[in-house]
Amino acid sequence: MKVLVTAKRVIDPYVKVRVKSDGTGVETANVKMTINPFCEIAVEQAVRMKEAGIVTEIVVVSVGVAQSQETLRTAMAMGADRGILVESAQEIQPLAVAKILKAIVDKEQPRLVIMGKQAIDDDSNQCGQMLAALLGWPQATHISSVTLAADSAQITREIDGGLEKLTVNLPAVVTADLRLNEPRYVTLPNIMKAKKKPLENIKPEALGVDIAPRLKTLKVQEPSSRSAGVKVADVKELVAKLKNEARVI
Amino acid sequence: MSVLVIAEHDGHQLKPGTANAITAAALLGGEITVLVAGLQCAPAAQVVASVAGVSKVLLADAPQYAGFLAENMTALVLSIAKNYTHIVAAATGMGKNFMPRVAALLDVQQISDISSVVSADTFVRPTYAGNVMTTVQSVDSIKVITVRATAFDPAGNAAAAAPIENVAHTADVGISKFEGQELTKSARPELTAARVIVSGGRGMGSAENFKILDPLADKLGAAVGASRAAVDSGFVPNDYQVGQTGKIVAPEMYVAVGISGAIQHLAGMKDSKVIVAINKDAEAPIFSVASYWIVDDLFKVVPDLTTELG
Ligand SMILES: Cc1cc2nc3c(=O)[nH]c(=O)nc-3n(C[C@H](O)[C@H](O)[C@H](O)COP(=O)(O)OP(=O)(O)OC[C@H]3O[C@@H](n4cnc5c(N)ncnc54)[C@H](O)[C@@H]3O)c2cc1C
Ligand SMILES: Nc1ncnc2c1ncn2[C@@H]1O[C@H](COP(=O)(O)O)[C@@H](O)[C@H]1O
Repeated sequence: MKVLVTAKRVIDPYVKVRVKSDGTGVETANVKMTINPFCEIAVEQAVRMKEAGIVTEIVVVSVGVAQSQETLRTAMAMGADRGILVESAQEIQPLAVAKILKAIVDKEQPRLVIMGKQAIDDDSNQCGQMLAALLGWPQATHISSVTLAADSAQITREIDGGLEKLTVNLPAVVTADLRLNEPRYVTLPNIMKAKKKPLENIKPEALGVDIAPRLKTLKVQEPSSRSAGVKVADVKELVAKLKNEARVI
Repeated sequence: MSVLVIAEHDGHQLKPGTANAITAAALLGGEITVLVAGLQCAPAAQVVASVAGVSKVLLADAPQYAGFLAENMTALVLSIAKNYTHIVAAATGMGKNFMPRVAALLDVQQISDISSVVSADTFVRPTYAGNVMTTVQSVDSIKVITVRATAFDPAGNAAAAAPIENVAHTADVGISKFEGQELTKSARPELTAARVIVSGGRGMGSAENFKILDPLADKLGAAVGASRAAVDSGFVPNDYQVGQTGKIVAPEMYVAVGISGAIQHLAGMKDSKVIVAINKDAEAPIFSVASYWIVDDLFKVVPDLTTELG
C-alpha cells in the first residue's frame, strides 16, 4: 500500500519566538528551523509500517519556501522514498494547503495519508480534517495508535476525557498525536542516502489551486506579560500569602 | 447576523467550553441558535435552552451522532449552515475534530482558537504556543470559528427557557464507525472546569510518587494535571496533559510541582490567576510566570503544604 505523509518546515520548538518590531510577523532570519514535531511522528509511523511490510512506498510532501527541501530530506533520511515540494514564498493558509494536498493525492492515489495533528507555528489543527473533507474520505485525528487491515484501519484517538476507538474505511486521512510513536534519530549514512532520493518541485499554479489567503493578518503582538511574582521562604509564608494577599484559599 | 453554536455534552450536561463559546458568540451580535446533536441527548438540550443568550435550540437525537463522529456531525452542520453567518464551537477535542471539516466543505478558512472578538469578522488568536497573539480578519462569507474557552467567561442562566426544535437527521455517511470510549474515571473536577489545579511533572519521579499530590488536591478541591514528561513517563494518563498540545487551563490557582516550565507547558497554563511553583532548581523557567514560588525538594514541600492547609 502507498502512503502519503506531510512535513511542514517550522521554527524549532525550543527557540524563543520573537515578534518583528514592526508588528507584521515573527522574526525568522537566522532562526533555527526544523520539521514540525508532529510531522516527524507521522513520517516515523509510515516508516514503521513499511518496515512491517504493510506499506510499499512512502511519498512525503511539503508546501512552503525553497528551503523546505531540507525538511523533505530529513523525512527521506528517516525512510520516506521520495519527496514533493510544492514551492511558494507566499503565506499558504490551511485551507489552501489542504487544496494543494488534495491535488497531489488525486495524482498519487495513496491508500492512507498520515499528517501531524497541528503545525506548531500557526497552531491551527485544520489541514488533516480539511484534506479528508475535500477528498470525501474518513478522518481520524489525534491518533495514538493505528492498525491497518485490507480495507479499514482500527484507530485509537486521544480525546479530552481519555481514549476513543474508531474504525475508518480506507482510503483515509489520519493525524498523529504525540504518543503515536517516538521518532528515530537520523543517522549520517541515511542522510547521505536521502540526498540521492528523488525530489520533485511543483509550483501551486501548476496544480490549478486557489491559494489566496482568506485571513488577513492585521497585527502581530507579544502576549501581555504577567506581573512579577515573589519567592517565598517556606510553606508557612506561602499559605499566608495565598490566604491574605491572593485570597485564593 | 445569526450564529450557530455547536454544543458539546454528555447527553445530560454541557461539557466545559460550550457556555464559554456562547459568550464569545454573543459578542458577535445577532441571534444565537445552539445545535445539540448526539444519542439520547434531549436532557442536554433542556440544559442549553436555559443558558443566557440562547434564542433557539436545535436537537438532533440519533445513533449516527454518537461519539460526535466527524463525518456525521459535518453532514448535519452543513445541512443547516446556510442559515447562519457564523458557526462556532469550543476549541476542545470535539470542536477541533469536526469544525475544520465543515469549514473545508463550505470553502472557508476556519479561525482556530480565538481568544478575543474584535468585531464580527476580526479576531485575536494565539499562535506559536501562545507566544504570539495574531489579529486576523476573515474575508469569507461564513465564519467558522473555534473558541479558546479560558478566554471567555461561561454564559449564565436565562430567565426564560428558549424553544427546542427537532432538526431533520442526516444519513449515516457510513465511512467510519465509532467503537467506544475509555474515559479516565475520577471523582475530581474536570481539568478545564476546575477552580484549582495541582499539576506534577517529571520531578515526581514515578507513578507511585505522583500520588502524593492527591491529599494536596483533596484539601484544595483541585483537579490533577501533568506535564507531557509526566504523561510520557507513564505516571498518569494522557488526558492529564496541560500545554500547547494538551489542555488549555486558566484556574484561580495552578500549583506546578516538579515542572520545569517549558514554553509548551506554559502555553497551557500561563493565564491562570495565581500560579504557585515548587521546584528544587532555583533557575527553573516556571518561576518566570509564578506568582509565588518555593525553591526546595517537592517531597518535603508537598506533605508540609498539605498539613499546613489543615
Ligand atoms: C511539539 C511539542 C509539544 C509539546 N507539548 C507539550 C504540552 O502540551 N505540555 C507539556 O507539558 N509539555 C509539552 N512538550 C514538552 C516540553 O517541551 C517539555 O519537555 C516538558 O514540558 C517537560 O516536562 P517537565 O517540566 O515535567 O520535565 P522536566 O523539564 O524534566 O522538568 C522537571 C523539573 O522537576 C524538577 N525537580 C526534579 N526533582 C525535583 C524534586 N525532588 N523537587 C523539586 N523539583 C524537582 C527539576 O528541577 C525540573 O525543573 C511539548 C514538546 C514539543 C516538542
Ligand atoms: N505547509 C505545509 N506543508 C506540509 N504539510 C503541512 C503544511 N501545513 C500543514 N501541514 C500538515 O498539516 C498538519 C496540520 O497543520 P495545521 O492545520 O496548520 O495546524 C501539520 O502537522 C502538517 O502535517
